[in-house]
Amino acid sequence: MRYSPTVRTTLGFIALALLCLWFADLSITTVDPWRELTRLFLGLVQPDFAAVDFVGVAILRTLAFAFTGVALGAGAGLLLALAFRYRLTRTLCAFVRAIHELFWALIFLQFFGLHPLTGVLAIAIPYAGIFAKVYAEILDETDPHPARTLPHGTGWVSGLAFTRISQAWPHLVSYTSYRLECGLRSSAVLGFVGLPTLGYYLESSFAQGRYGSVGALLILFYLLIATIRLWVRPRLLPFYLIAAPFLLGGGMPIMWDNVARFFTEDIIPAPLRRGEGASGLGPWLSDLILHQALPGLWNTLVLTQIALVLTGALAMLLFPLISRHFTGRLGGTAGHLLLVILRSTPEYLLAFILLQLWGPSMLPAVVALALHNGGIIGHLLGQRSNQITLRADAPSGLNRYAYEIVPRLYGPFLALLFYRWEIIMRETAILGILGIATLGFFVNSAIQEIRFDRAMVLILITALLNIAVDILARRLRAHLRLRHSVQAQGC
Amino acid sequence: MLRRLAFAPALALALLAAPLAQAATFVFTAIPDEDETRLQERFQKVADYLSEELDVEVRFIPVNSYAAAVTAFRNDQVQLAWFGGLSGVQARERVPGSQAIAQGVEDAAFTTYFIAHRSTGLEPADTLPEEIRGMTFTFGSMGSTSGRLMPEYYLRERFGVAPDELFSRVGYSGNHSRTASLVASGAYQLGALNYTAWENEVEAGNIDPEAVRVIWQTPTYPDYQWSIRGDVDARYGEGFTDRVRQALLDMDDPELLASFPREGFIPASNEDYAPIRETGIALGLIDE
Repeated sequence: MRYSPTVRTTLGFIALALLCLWFADLSITTVDPWRELTRLFLGLVQPDFAAVDFVGVAILRTLAFAFTGVALGAGAGLLLALAFRYRLTRTLCAFVRAIHELFWALIFLQFFGLHPLTGVLAIAIPYAGIFAKVYAEILDETDPHPARTLPHGTGWVSGLAFTRISQAWPHLVSYTSYRLECGLRSSAVLGFVGLPTLGYYLESSFAQGRYGSVGALLILFYLLIATIRLWVRPRLLPFYLIAAPFLLGGGMPIMWDNVARFFTEDIIPAPLRRGEGASGLGPWLSDLILHQALPGLWNTLVLTQIALVLTGALAMLLFPLISRHFTGRLGGTAGHLLLVILRSTPEYLLAFILLQLWGPSMLPAVVALALHNGGIIGHLLGQRSNQITLRADAPSGLNRYAYEIVPRLYGPFLALLFYRWEIIMRETAILGILGIATLGFFVNSAIQEIRFDRAMVLILITALLNIAVDILARRLRAHLRLRHSVQAQGC
Repeated sequence: MLRRLAFAPALALALLAAPLAQAATFVFTAIPDEDETRLQERFQKVADYLSEELDVEVRFIPVNSYAAAVTAFRNDQVQLAWFGGLSGVQARERVPGSQAIAQGVEDAAFTTYFIAHRSTGLEPADTLPEEIRGMTFTFGSMGSTSGRLMPEYYLRERFGVAPDELFSRVGYSGNHSRTASLVASGAYQLGALNYTAWENEVEAGNIDPEAVRVIWQTPTYPDYQWSIRGDVDARYGEGFTDRVRQALLDMDDPELLASFPREGFIPASNEDYAPIRETGIALGLIDE
């Protein structure tokens, strides 16, 4: 029996994940997690808002960093999109977006310190790379005819504005505002490395076991994300954009000597800095690659593969919860709530909770990534399924799921999953900070040891890996002829 | 709209440049060790105290990692810092002329507790028992003296191998309280942490003393200290370093001292930390 290419790809991915399972360390080692988990649970259901009275400022900073960063990223992205036909631009954009916001922040922290510029650039730079790619795709899809009817001598800018951008405008706006939601998440997460956003307080409350504060902060964060459609209005946007830079807060002054030192000294490999020349570089590099890069690479790949397949399985299970073909009004609301919680809870937090429950292995990371990403894809699939109109005599229940809905959604499902592939891989970086030995773990170790030369080599390897996966995913999408709008791929 | 979008970034850049003007404020930080959440509030009181004693504007900047504290010191974004033993050495190596000026009363003879979950059946002893081979173990933060450097040193000394060869799993919990909670839940069988942090956790009732117990404590070593940059005298006036040291030694308000938490401060010097530096070099955490 011959399977279709889609089925073969799916089976191949599952087989590869099963093979990875064999190599992965997924054992459960805890003996009595219940005391700590009880405290955690009690904290989450009895959020202590009085303990987070300082949080107003943190929310303000989270918003300010997100708006300023996304606006800068969108501006730069639009300019880059216009030059996207050049290979150099495309490579540059692929490179900057292959590095996680947290790593950008960690780099800027070394020379700007806790200055607002650190947070703004950590969002703006990778976002510019993403915006450039998506804007370029949107502009490419516009109808070229209006441009040909322009009178001779029309300026390039006017031509662009009145033919291509005017056509693409609604798509550009919808993608940008959607990206703003991602920016909010990124901005909150930047707190994990010390910027004064919500994540800072979330991480420190969590680290100190103040679960009442954790509960309160999480609820505020969910509210912020869930109500985004209510307070982000096109008419209010200019006001927000103008206000945001004023609300970034002060910081320590920037000293340009530090910037110069970082580039001319800190990131120069130690043997070169010590004047050992190229002969010392070989052992230094091979030690770094053998003991850190390769084990990190292996763990990153194994973790990503298992998490990807589990994400897919979970998304397939979750989407009926918000699909009108399977749930009523009440069930749908509950399903929505569950998916909002799943996709808004930072993977880092999920992984830490699961670490308490199961002990140190890859298992907490795999499940945390799958829950978070499964929540996102489940949400997008559910929305898509609601656009499907079924015949009046369509079967119900399991038959409807298996023979009506899933076959119609499977293409978009795979496309979404492939989009998330690279994102899941980038997210393993955050889990590295928790101690799971991915590339992110070694990058973080190098930074904690104040060895930026090693950190830079490892970040470079991470970026190349992400680019490779991105290319592979694109080939697969092309091969399977999966067409899916890039505008709804999730943060 | 487009033009407005383009305008915002330009405005942002202009505004970002504004706070660059530098005032002669004296800035300090402290490594995040005990309770990070109210750092700003608690250390503001220390800042107010120093400001009064030194007659300059004093500001506190919170950081959430050891490396961030070292970087801020090195970048001259803070001039004074409350460091751990290792982070202090790392910071002073990078800032010529900087010196350790004061340490806590407790820091001259600090110690690390090795703790074990009840299920291991381990009892307190004079040396680390052979049975810990093959168990799971967690350090605290990677850059911590009491949570990483000294426990690793004594593990290597006792067993002659690196921790990841000795144990079936080695983790870095991130901080002392997390080490305590991870061992209490049995996520790791063993852990090593700062003794004051352990006592705080037990006192606060966060730890069930039935579930976890201290099985060994390391010999004593010097730990936390105040370090100051070498160029402060030139910037804040002759004798500024001595005035800062005196202000720290004179600090006797229990409310201020509780932030560290220390009984009081005593003088310290760079030489006091030579053993820490040597240990750091031996473990490859500091380049010679």
